[in-house]
Amino acid sequence: MATLQLHGLEKRFGPASVLAGIDLSLADGEMLVIVGASGCGKSTLLRLVAGLEVPSGGQIVLDGRDITHLDPAARDIAMVFQNYALYPHMTVFDNMAYALRIRGLKRAEIATQVQAAADLLGIGALLARKPRQLSGGQRQRVAMGRAIVRNPKLFLFDEPLSNLDAKLRVQMRAEIRRLQRRLGVTSLYVTHDQVEAMTLGDRLLVLEGGRTAQLATPMDVFARPADTYVAGFIGAPAMNFLPAALLPGGAARLSGGQVIPLPCGAGPAGAVTLGVRPEHVSLADNGIPLTVELVEPLGSETLVHGRMADGTALLAKLPGAAPVGEQVTVALAPDAVHLFDAASGKRI
Amino acid sequence: MRTDWLAHSILCAGVLLFALPVWLALAGSTQPADVIARGEWSLVPDLHGLGIYADVLRNGGPGVTPLWRMLLVSFGMALAIALGKIAISVLSAYAVAFFRWPGRRLAFWVIFLTLMLPVEVRIIPTYSVMAGLGLINSFTGLTLPLVASATATLLFRQVFLAVPDELMEAARMDGAGPWRFLRDILLPVSAPNLAALFVILFVYGWNQYLWPLLVATDPRLDTVVIGIVKMIGSEVQTEWNRVMAAAVLALLPPVAVVLLMQRWFVKGLAEGDK
Repeated sequence: MATLQLHGLEKRFGPASVLAGIDLSLADGEMLVIVGASGCGKSTLLRLVAGLEVPSGGQIVLDGRDITHLDPAARDIAMVFQNYALYPHMTVFDNMAYALRIRGLKRAEIATQVQAAADLLGIGALLARKPRQLSGGQRQRVAMGRAIVRNPKLFLFDEPLSNLDAKLRVQMRAEIRRLQRRLGVTSLYVTHDQVEAMTLGDRLLVLEGGRTAQLATPMDVFARPADTYVAGFIGAPAMNFLPAALLPGGAARLSGGQVIPLPCGAGPAGAVTLGVRPEHVSLADNGIPLTVELVEPLGSETLVHGRMADGTALLAKLPGAAPVGEQVTVALAPDAVHLFDAASGKRI
Repeated sequence: MRTDWLAHSILCAGVLLFALPVWLALAGSTQPADVIARGEWSLVPDLHGLGIYADVLRNGGPGVTPLWRMLLVSFGMALAIALGKIAISVLSAYAVAFFRWPGRRLAFWVIFLTLMLPVEVRIIPTYSVMAGLGLINSFTGLTLPLVASATATLLFRQVFLAVPDELMEAARMDGAGPWRFLRDILLPVSAPNLAALFVILFVYGWNQYLWPLLVATDPRLDTVVIGIVKMIGSEVQTEWNRVMAAAVLALLPPVAVVLLMQRWFVKGLAEGDK
């Protein structure tokens, strides 16, 4: 149980800057999810906090103590690795007990703590097995157990679910959240999966090229993305981006000529990017003509991939099994349109 | 079916090719020396001649110590070389593979370069160093120069590089220092490779000829390989049955090591998780 602060954390590998000044403050018991495309520095950030990499600048403060230059073992942080990193020659019990043994706990005490953690995760019956005798989901649980049993100040999760199949991932996702709430341990969770990001985090940190693109609650990030990168990353299927020109009087003209009224007046005239989520595109009699390229019926909804007259791709998510011809006309929900600066990509 | 038949006959021919000399030695060892010298010995072993084995073990042959003694020297030498090589190369490979320190690359290349200088090339300077240290005609002198090993270091480096980084990172977060990680994680994980390398190095040590010949003139330090050669050249008429019995006996310890360790490291490989 602890708070975590990062002050201007930097990491450079030679001339390449991987993280450029990350500031962050986690409340006690908070779960922060770090998302971003691969190479955005999210794993590096986690490894810096873990102590597996040495920062090029900045400060890491855990529970009021500067741990920037401490050895990983001295930080009281537990980490769950993507490939679990279980010791292959040790039983589940020994895997979980290893850290406690190194700390010199008594045998009986170790057994009690391991048993308690194993019961919490439902792996109490597997303690005598070796990792290779376990399924993917069970290994994942053991990796969690190894972190829990140490009762650390901070949990780090490095894409822990990416090696599981889809069904198990959903199940473990809910379980991780339940456990984290129950134990109340401050956590950092790295993922590239936006569904995990939305469902697991109290707050989201979206990284782009080693900088903070946005730091807010998941719903905030979804409703008011700070730029086109965040907007395209959060939400599935991804948001549509349409080039447009801002007109005086609160409207935008698409490159195809159609004028979309904007609710919020908007700023000075100029080139902008309109962002519209696929679920906010609907069929309409008088709208934007769309040439349909591909229809994906998903049962509860239908995805329509189309192209506007000027060649801009547009994806529509229509409810139900909507019958779709080769040519349709669609409308964009005006109050669900996001407006971004065309040059910088920043939200207007 | 036809290819099976072909493959099997080639394999059988191969087995015959390798087994025949061993069988000849086995059969020859039980027959009188003069029969062998005339080249008339039978392919069927003479069971009455088996006593020669006990005799060779207890008394040796003309010009050499009893064979049990030479087997012991050979065994000790091979064991010391294999264990010493493993100890040194595990540590040096650990340093090169897992630690970042100035000169790491240089150290690796220096080790690598020594590969290009086999024992035979550096034998004179090595002898001079051993003489300077007063280690001629000692067990230490017999084994020590053969212990330093670039090959094993390179092998272990590859083995260690294949160990996932996360394993070391997990151990570091669990609080394991470098020695603990080596002992608790790295060595157990590499056990099958250790076993395989031990076999290779033991046989390498057992078969050493040139260095023991040079450094140990004291008959008490004769290895069995040296002993066999001495038995051949020493008398007007070589007692070939003795030589062959000694050869057969010299064959047994390496075979035993291979069989024992093979069972162990095949089990280890099958249990492996990679």
